[in-house]
Amino acid sequence: MDTIEYLTGQFHEFPQDSIDRGLDILRQDAFNAFNTMGIPGMKHEEWKYTRINKLFNTDYSLSADPADHSVSTSDLGPYRLPGNKDANELFFINGRFAFDLSVIQSAGLQVLPISTAYNGEHRDVIAENLSHSSRYLKDGINALNTAFLQHGVFIQVGRGLILEHPVYIYNITDARTANIFSQPRSLVNINEGAQVQMVETFITFGMNESFTNQVMEVVVQQDAVVEYYKIQNDASHTNQVSTTHFRQTAKSYVHTVTISLNGGIVRNNLNMVMDAEHCESHLYGLYFQQGKSHIDNHTIVDNAMPNCLSNEFYKGILDGNSSGVFNGKIFVQRDAQKTNAYQSNKNVLLSEEASVNTKPQLEIFADDVKCSHGCTVGRLDEEGLFYLRSRGISEKIARSLLLHGFVVDILDKIRLAVIRNYADQLISERLEFDIS
Amino acid sequence: MLKIQNLQAGIEGRTILKGINLEIKAGEVHAIMGPNGSGKSTLASVIAGKTDYEVTEGRIEFMGKDLLDMLPEKRAGEGLFLGFQYPVEIPGLSTTNFIKTAVNELRKYRGEEPLDAVAFLRLMKEKMALMDIQQPLLSRSLNEGFSGGEKKRNEIFQMAMLQPKLAILDETDSGLDIDAIRIVANGVNKLRSKDNAVLLITHYQRLLDFIIPDFVHVLYNGRIVKSGTKELALELELKGYDFIKNDLNIAETV
Ligand SMILES: Nc1ncnc2c1ncn2[C@@H]1O[C@H](COP(=O)(O)OP(=O)(O)OP(=O)(O)O)[C@@H](O)[C@H]1O
Ligand SMILES: [Mg+2]
Repeated sequence: MDTIEYLTGQFHEFPQDSIDRGLDILRQDAFNAFNTMGIPGMKHEEWKYTRINKLFNTDYSLSADPADHSVSTSDLGPYRLPGNKDANELFFINGRFAFDLSVIQSAGLQVLPISTAYNGEHRDVIAENLSHSSRYLKDGINALNTAFLQHGVFIQVGRGLILEHPVYIYNITDARTANIFSQPRSLVNINEGAQVQMVETFITFGMNESFTNQVMEVVVQQDAVVEYYKIQNDASHTNQVSTTHFRQTAKSYVHTVTISLNGGIVRNNLNMVMDAEHCESHLYGLYFQQGKSHIDNHTIVDNAMPNCLSNEFYKGILDGNSSGVFNGKIFVQRDAQKTNAYQSNKNVLLSEEASVNTKPQLEIFADDVKCSHGCTVGRLDEEGLFYLRSRGISEKIARSLLLHGFVVDILDKIRLAVIRNYADQLISERLEFDIS
Repeated sequence: MLKIQNLQAGIEGRTILKGINLEIKAGEVHAIMGPNGSGKSTLASVIAGKTDYEVTEGRIEFMGKDLLDMLPEKRAGEGLFLGFQYPVEIPGLSTTNFIKTAVNELRKYRGEEPLDAVAFLRLMKEKMALMDIQQPLLSRSLNEGFSGGEKKRNEIFQMAMLQPKLAILDETDSGLDIDAIRIVANGVNKLRSKDNAVLLITHYQRLLDFIIPDFVHVLYNGRIVKSGTKELALELELKGYDFIKNDLNIAETV
């Protein structure tokens, strides 16, 4: 059966929320939008270089029953991130939040099904923020996730709480017996003065096809501090569109690092909506791809209000037949005077076949702003290589040292030491490089 | 130790070295002087194995082995060291890690066990004192943002750590203050022994007051046009290169 047809059938099968129509209307509108816009193809300006429509030729199943997943704690063992004993661990299995597997250690951290939260005390924040990302991502793939958001969860960190345990979020696809299309969905509310470190990763079990279409929306309230790290190192037969949408509703601080090391087609949408004065955000990224991997980092920084600072720095290494896309949009709206917005993207191509498309897009409607952007695409520094080799270091090790040196400043932006070291280890293993 | 015969090399069809002959024996210190653009750094780079340059004629023998066939890292393994005129900045690689890697790669080449952390640290401390180099500099990314003098001092520090048989120092004295020159000279003199040799490339007689060369050569337009003892350097200091050019003109007209 055609995947689109299948999804349509699934959409109509799921029960509607009987208590309140709010979420149903959102879903129905999103489904209509999906039907109108369809899966974005090459003609869609934001999807020119990343072709996901062909992925819909596969027969996928959507996981029907959240309690019915076949993943056990022991399956998870080898995939859990280092430092997990000290972490809150949240598991999504095939797009459904697994309450049974998840471990919450911090009293101030709460996870609720989205409809429970909406019909309970969180209605206002949900009504205001759920699907906020669709204002920025006008395509059928974002709408498709929203159409199924009844499986989503509401995550919140209580007012003034400084979480001493980081929050690890695992998006697991169990493709051991079937091709899986999964759509994890969450709305995270970081309350006033709260501080949290989040780490998100994607893991696929089994060799069947998997396509993850994930959306996480994060509301950052007054004086909150958020660190968010995304580690993508899934198998090369897996594909994903991963959307992380931050909205800073008052003076607050967001620091993100996106590390992308493997996967078939990986498309990241990282949005930073600075909806209040004196917000600060940092967006760092590192992609290191080989084989036929395709990595696309689309970022949007929307400076809507005055006196905000955003700083964006992505680096990439592309080897083999891999391809990369960096698209960095910065909006500085008319009222956003005294905005500081910086952006830079640097790439090293290691093979003739590897390629990258890098495109800064600045749309500035205010006049008293400081903005800068720059991008480079180059090869490994031959002078540096000769310098190291002239000291007796073999070409192979010299290359590794140079490449490791190229990425280490981004790794150092990960302030959670176990995760920083883990990412470093993954990269060093790829470089066959001894970090000791 | 090093024997260069009729070396001709160039780049993109342009000949830079036009037949160099030079022999350096163990225990000797040679100095090469010559005007800007005469080919001094090119000669040093070709000896060290930079592949940008095409060798069209001649041969180089080092410790009895044909050098031109060897990869740069192998040449270093055999005991060659080049102190760069323009040391390269390597972001994200600490000087300490770089030197440690180099020390152990050379040891591996010679079939020795890698130095453990303690032994490496001891060696570092000793050479740091010798070269008057402080730890903060070595913790920084290799040469990145180093001042001109710091870069040169770091080159000599590497030489001291790697203990080469033949050190070629390309204008290591340029940009150094007088105290630093003394320190660098001291480092070089410490390396001198009957088994080692040094090739200094310099524009200034000043360095040769501290490191007394056995031979001084003048490289001019891709050829060694004059060789002598340290007095030749003094003469050049007094008269400039014009007297060499005049000599050459006379020679050519005769
Ligand atoms: N990579 C290169 N590409 C093009 N030309 C080169 C290259 N390397 C050297 N040359 C040329 O060869 C000539 C010799 O250069 P070299 O650097 O060897 O001079 P030098 O004697 O070391 O000069 P200086 O005293 O200024 O350091 C110069 O004319 C230089 O421009
Ligand atoms: Mg030179």
